[in-house]
Amino acid sequence: MTKIDPDQVNVILATDCGSTTTKAILIQRVDGEYRQTHRGEAPTTVEKPFADVTMGVINSVTEVAELADRRLVDDQGRIIQPATETEGCDLYISTSSAGGGLQMMVAGVVAQMTAASAKRAALGAGAIVMDVIAANDKRRPHEQIQRIRELRPDMILLSGGTDGGNTTQVVQIAELIAPAKPQPRFGSEFTLPLIFAGNKDAAPLVAKAFDESIDLTIVENLRPTLERENLGPARDAIHDMFLEHVMAHAPGYDKLMGWTDAPIMPTPGAVGNILQTIAQRQNINVVGVDIGGATTDVFSVFDKTFNRTVSANLGMSYSISNVCAETGMANILRWVHFDMDERELRNRVKNKMIRPTTIPQSKEALIFEQAVAREALRLAYIQHKEFATTLKGVQQQRTIGDTFSQQTGGQTIVDNMKLDLLVASGGVLSHAPRMHQTAALLIDAFEPEGFTTLAKDSIFMMPHLGVLAQVHPQASLEVFTRDCLIYLGTCVAAKGLGKLGRPCFEYQITGDTLNESGTINFGDVKLLPLGPDETAEVTIDPARGFDVGAGPGKQVQRKVTGGTVGLFLDGRGRPLILPEQRSEAQKMMMRWVTAMELYPEMEPALV
Amino acid sequence: MAQAYTPGLKVTRRITHRVKRILPIAGDVLVKVGDRVGANDVVAETFMPGDIEPINLANLLSMPPQDVAECVLKKEGEKVMIGEPLAQTKGIFGLFKTTYRSKHEGIVETVSPVTGQLILRGDPIPVQVKAYISGEVVEVISDEGVIIENDVSFVQGIFGIGGETFGPIMTACNSHDQEVTADLITADMKGAVIIGGARATAGAIRKARDVGAAALVTGGLDDEDLRDFLGYDLGVAITGTEQVGLTLIITEGFGEIAMAQRTFELLGSRQGDEASVNGATQIRAGVMRPEIIIPLTADEKAHEAEPEHTTGLLEIGRPVRIIRDPYFGLIGEVSGLPAELQVLDSGSKARVLEVRFDSGESVTIPRANVELIEA
Repeated sequence: MTKIDPDQVNVILATDCGSTTTKAILIQRVDGEYRQTHRGEAPTTVEKPFADVTMGVINSVTEVAELADRRLVDDQGRIIQPATETEGCDLYISTSSAGGGLQMMVAGVVAQMTAASAKRAALGAGAIVMDVIAANDKRRPHEQIQRIRELRPDMILLSGGTDGGNTTQVVQIAELIAPAKPQPRFGSEFTLPLIFAGNKDAAPLVAKAFDESIDLTIVENLRPTLERENLGPARDAIHDMFLEHVMAHAPGYDKLMGWTDAPIMPTPGAVGNILQTIAQRQNINVVGVDIGGATTDVFSVFDKTFNRTVSANLGMSYSISNVCAETGMANILRWVHFDMDERELRNRVKNKMIRPTTIPQSKEALIFEQAVAREALRLAYIQHKEFATTLKGVQQQRTIGDTFSQQTGGQTIVDNMKLDLLVASGGVLSHAPRMHQTAALLIDAFEPEGFTTLAKDSIFMMPHLGVLAQVHPQASLEVFTRDCLIYLGTCVAAKGLGKLGRPCFEYQITGDTLNESGTINFGDVKLLPLGPDETAEVTIDPARGFDVGAGPGKQVQRKVTGGTVGLFLDGRGRPLILPEQRSEAQKMMMRWVTAMELYPEMEPALV
Repeated sequence: MAQAYTPGLKVTRRITHRVKRILPIAGDVLVKVGDRVGANDVVAETFMPGDIEPINLANLLSMPPQDVAECVLKKEGEKVMIGEPLAQTKGIFGLFKTTYRSKHEGIVETVSPVTGQLILRGDPIPVQVKAYISGEVVEVISDEGVIIENDVSFVQGIFGIGGETFGPIMTACNSHDQEVTADLITADMKGAVIIGGARATAGAIRKARDVGAAALVTGGLDDEDLRDFLGYDLGVAITGTEQVGLTLIITEGFGEIAMAQRTFELLGSRQGDEASVNGATQIRAGVMRPEIIIPLTADEKAHEAEPEHTTGLLEIGRPVRIIRDPYFGLIGEVSGLPAELQVLDSGSKARVLEVRFDSGESVTIPRANVELIEA
């Protein structure tokens, strides 16, 4: 890889090799600014009969080349570098989640402490965590060994003990893993990488526990003291092992690695990277979600702390039936404003599961699918909040004043009141026929409080920009703000509960295009037009017991930006509660559907 | 552009079919190229390393981990039986010794001086792989397994539960759209692969299991009945390991839906023939559908010509099955393939096609919502 001079970079080519599709984008410097100009896609070619990922890459790049009228691939089938006036690119980068992404097993001594830190490191690096083994995970040792034998991870991350602390239990976990001889997913000739990031005093003893069937790498402890996490070295080691072992065994990747100007990253790792960069640069708190057919990824950055979770069985096609099983049909149907036959719906859900590529044809089917999506997102966010916590096991000094407000470690750091930007991506959110529906899904599932900007990833460009951020942060940020995000608008929501129909907050809005004032009653939501690039000064006076950011009953004044949907004034309360009785919930949903302009052309019989 | 339609399920009267039968770890292959095997014959076997039982002797004998090794009465590699002394403390002046008697049978694998933990490995676990279909061994993969080939009638289902099984084909319904009710399942269907028509009722499924049928193959089933039969709500379509006493396969989907007539006629024509059936379904990377494989007899092989197997393209005149409401389950033929995107009732834009039914009625459907009927 050559050293890059950012000033000399005018044309950037980026690909993301997904499980099914390889997506290529072209970024060019136009009038001194970096802009995403063209995109192309082609089926991924990791599986037989092609078994060479670069074929899909070249196909997608060729599509971009045709659209851009710029030659990007030479006669030998290689990407042309550097760029001239008419051909080639200065920088080529790629991410990959082909072949099921990076699958890891993590282990630590205490489930809530070192094992939780190890899980955070693995997820943050973009891995799917298959299981967490811990000394106190309530399984008996032989059950843990049985589990290790069944799993076929790409690599293992082992942690445990603070530096200078207990060595015995860490070695004990190593001694469970060693005889289980976990088999790697790809090929029997490949030695399984194991990263040890635990008590440094235990490292030599851990090394002794393993024979040559394990490729051991020792890095700095990811939890050197109970008060501090040090996830960087473990994450870097995961990325290195991912390239050296996993990618090197995937067909065609050795070739692809030779082409790129920055290391290939796992796709979710790259998405996390761009969200962290944006949160840091703009000094904001961000939540991003990517809902797919099988899984839902949630990323958050609160007060500079990054967290990522993967809800492995919450998705809209392969996993749709699991969403219904986990939340129950009643919870899904509360988001539907007309009658549906539950028995038939159960069959429809299963039919979607077994034929996952089908799309809703009727409005009724779309509404039901969006109801399922609300629940999938809601459950994924609950899991994320439970995982993104302050460190557990930290000793805290208390004063007498804390007696009645004792907070133990392990409180969630996700605070919807502090959330500034909520970004949506994934089929059901990005391909909703109306952006109003995308916005409503985000608000209903995530329940943002106070002032929150809503956006969606236009063409799932975040992975590309995540890798780019590593080598050219300026280009990455410019494209992110100008081309990647489509701003839907802003949601202003009051936290608290009240009586239906009683005032929740008063509002006064002044701006070039929008000047309005009035009262939002509890249980109501209002959508006002405020277009992209339009701003307005919003003053909210919450009623007693309601909070929009300054504390209960306290006024807040903020400048807000519009979007393709507009400005939501949400007085439905937080937490958002729907009546338990089906007919009442239907009536309420009907009001919200109308107020949020979700399905305007719908037949009167349904609305 | 990603694939615009689901490739259809295979339903064919004759095809040369190969199955790969592989051990999970290296072992012995018991047959050679050219051998004829029956479905139930073992073709490869091996032994998995036995289960591991960690025993923390330092805790059990209240001694420092580094002293454990010299108290262990068995050497590494030696076998210990249940109740046999495994370790003994030195005691005080040779008295007051504490003995630990093994609660498990196995071979001493390691003793750790760091943790004082002894790892005991149980007896090797035998693993056998059966042929699954009758046929000829055409390839031996050294130490791993074999590939078996035969000319068969082959039917893929859309979803199933339960693993591999065998049995003679017995038809329970008179037509492809007849519901499978409990009264159609009889005691003589013990060990059989029962062929139904339309939806199987909860009573019919239970009765098939109770009479000891090997499998039930039918058009559809209600999800509620599946949940009741399994005892839990199936979340993700990765099946095949259920131990419910019956392999259950549906060929079309969930709900009140009839088996495709061609599938029903094909299966019905093989009445009494031995079939190999597997309900295993996996609908993620590396899609796996349930299957019914019926090897042809020598006579059939002589008379039955292999049809031309079509795959791939959506063309005018191709038969398709609609796989999503509001026309779910209907079969028609492609009558139009407009190139431009169209706005659906849902408001989404998608590529569509026109399908004409036997009745002459024509409807417009997203291309993602049909699958080809493959021969």
